Amino acid sequence: MSAALEGATPAARLQDDARLAAASRRRQRREKWLTHLWLLLGVLVFAFPIWITLVGSTHDTATIGRGDVPLLPGSHGLENYTAAIETGGSGRYRSSPAALMLWNSALMAMCIAVGKIAISLLSAYAVVFFSFPGRMLAFWTIFITLMLPVEVRIIPTYQVIVALDLFNSMAGLTIPLIASATATLLFRQFFLTVPDEYVEAAKIDGAGPLRFFRDILLPLSVTNIAALFVILFIYGWNQYLWPLLIVNDRSLETIVVGLAKMIGSGDTQNEWNVIMATAVLALLPPVLVVLAMQRWFVKGLTETEK
Amino acid sequence: MRKKVIFRGVGLPILLLAPQLAVTIIFFLWPAGAAIWQSVLQEDPWGLNSQFVGLRNFQEVLTDPDWRLAAWNTLIFSVAVAGSAMSVALLLAVQADKSIRGANIYKTLLIWPYAVAPAVAAVLWLFLFHPSIGIIGRALNAAGILWDYKLNGTQAMLLVIIAAAWKQVSYNFIFFLAGLQSIPKSVLEAAAIDGARPMRRFWTVVFPLLSPTTFFLLVVNLVYAFFDTFGIIHALTGGGPGKATETLIYKVYVEGVQNTNLGSSAAQSVILMIFVIAVTAVQFRFIERKVHY
Repeated sequence: MSAALEGATPAARLQDDARLAAASRRRQRREKWLTHLWLLLGVLVFAFPIWITLVGSTHDTATIGRGDVPLLPGSHGLENYTAAIETGGSGRYRSSPAALMLWNSALMAMCIAVGKIAISLLSAYAVVFFSFPGRMLAFWTIFITLMLPVEVRIIPTYQVIVALDLFNSMAGLTIPLIASATATLLFRQFFLTVPDEYVEAAKIDGAGPLRFFRDILLPLSVTNIAALFVILFIYGWNQYLWPLLIVNDRSLETIVVGLAKMIGSGDTQNEWNVIMATAVLALLPPVLVVLAMQRWFVKGLTETEK
Repeated sequence: MRKKVIFRGVGLPILLLAPQLAVTIIFFLWPAGAAIWQSVLQEDPWGLNSQFVGLRNFQEVLTDPDWRLAAWNTLIFSVAVAGSAMSVALLLAVQADKSIRGANIYKTLLIWPYAVAPAVAAVLWLFLFHPSIGIIGRALNAAGILWDYKLNGTQAMLLVIIAAAWKQVSYNFIFFLAGLQSIPKSVLEAAAIDGARPMRRFWTVVFPLLSPTTFFLLVVNLVYAFFDTFGIIHALTGGGPGKATETLIYKVYVEGVQNTNLGSSAAQSVILMIFVIAVTAVQFRFIERKVHY
């Protein structure tokens, strides 16, 4: 570039500079448009399935059954959602009423999230702030659960549940899932950064270990607890294989499993509008939690995986 | 790393650990031990008698053509899901990392699918690709492409891959974006001053600096495709048509719950356990590199 400009008059050089600057501005503007285009495309691909589901949930069975899938909402929304929530529809593979299933899902998700956080806080506290025989053994026992997801021990875990008489119970649905190596590791990591002086000060003031935990450590951990809660609530809400195995009593059915059961083998004659309304109800709570607590969510996600 | 100042006592810490340890031992270690024990036994169909058969269950599983098909399906499925979910996420993260108006709105609109349950994601995509009520399924058929994922195994596999990848993009997007934002701006400016074009700059400077994130995500995505997609396959295809979308996890479920073939199911579980242990070891071996660039 500079070789071409050599020997030009100052005026010509200024003109060239202006032309170059304009070209670069144009390129930048073009790049910006391209960036927006890609991102919009991404947003649309993400949103499209949800949009179609939302639209489908506002039409009558016949419209959808005919296959004339509309792109704009219809006028049957209220009755479809009422049917889903109150009766679970009248189709061949009807589910329990969505109201009941939503309650079961919420209860299960809350128990799992709160349970995991509570027992992980306690065990991380024990491992970090105490010295006792068997400390490392305890730590590794907890750590090993990372390597044993439900999916690789389906049948024997099911047998344990049956042996303990926890089949078809909320306890069976939640307690086996509340052990958490990830949460324990996260709290351990965080506790290690708490300055030793805090413990010294507490000791000098005559505060015992439980007092220290409640008055100092818990308030310091609030951010981490909030971040973990978002992740774990979603984890709990979205459980599928476990409830499928442990519950066959329809009064304990969760909405994710209930929704999949409504599909059956995917017959065209299904009551698709009610199924779509149920799908919207099933995905709304966790999505709202993510949107409402976005900052905690991103923090929780990136920190638990470290 | 340990604390210098600690509390005394043995009873209290053990009491604090008790709930976590109890759950771990009862619901993790005991079943895992039982799986290993059952994997070397042969039970009669009524579950009345069982005898020790050594490694015969493993031998039968590994030579079973159905198991091999499931292993092959799992491989195709996992590689396709990880590959597509990661490349789309990287593309979007690079765009969202640029200083443009509305970047935060885009970010919000790109991360929420993380919250959608795999089984619900399956249902959403079923509404689109159903051959007679789905908007895309009907369009394909109208265009002369015979589309019915309930009859065509390849199409069924394609559909579960799309549903599984769609849900995972958000997760990868968040991590790629965090990785991009942790690259020092001075490095990028230096490359720009050296006259490297944007594309070249990306592949020679940015991408290598992202490699710890990429590696980490690769492991996470493969694990996701392996274990967390049971709901997608169960809700969408039920492993069918035939066994076209039956993955290893799905097969453990079918073998144990529907066919109640305990020895075989347990042997398959143990094989998967070995796999998870290997992956976790790899993950923790390289974890340091993820944090420090």
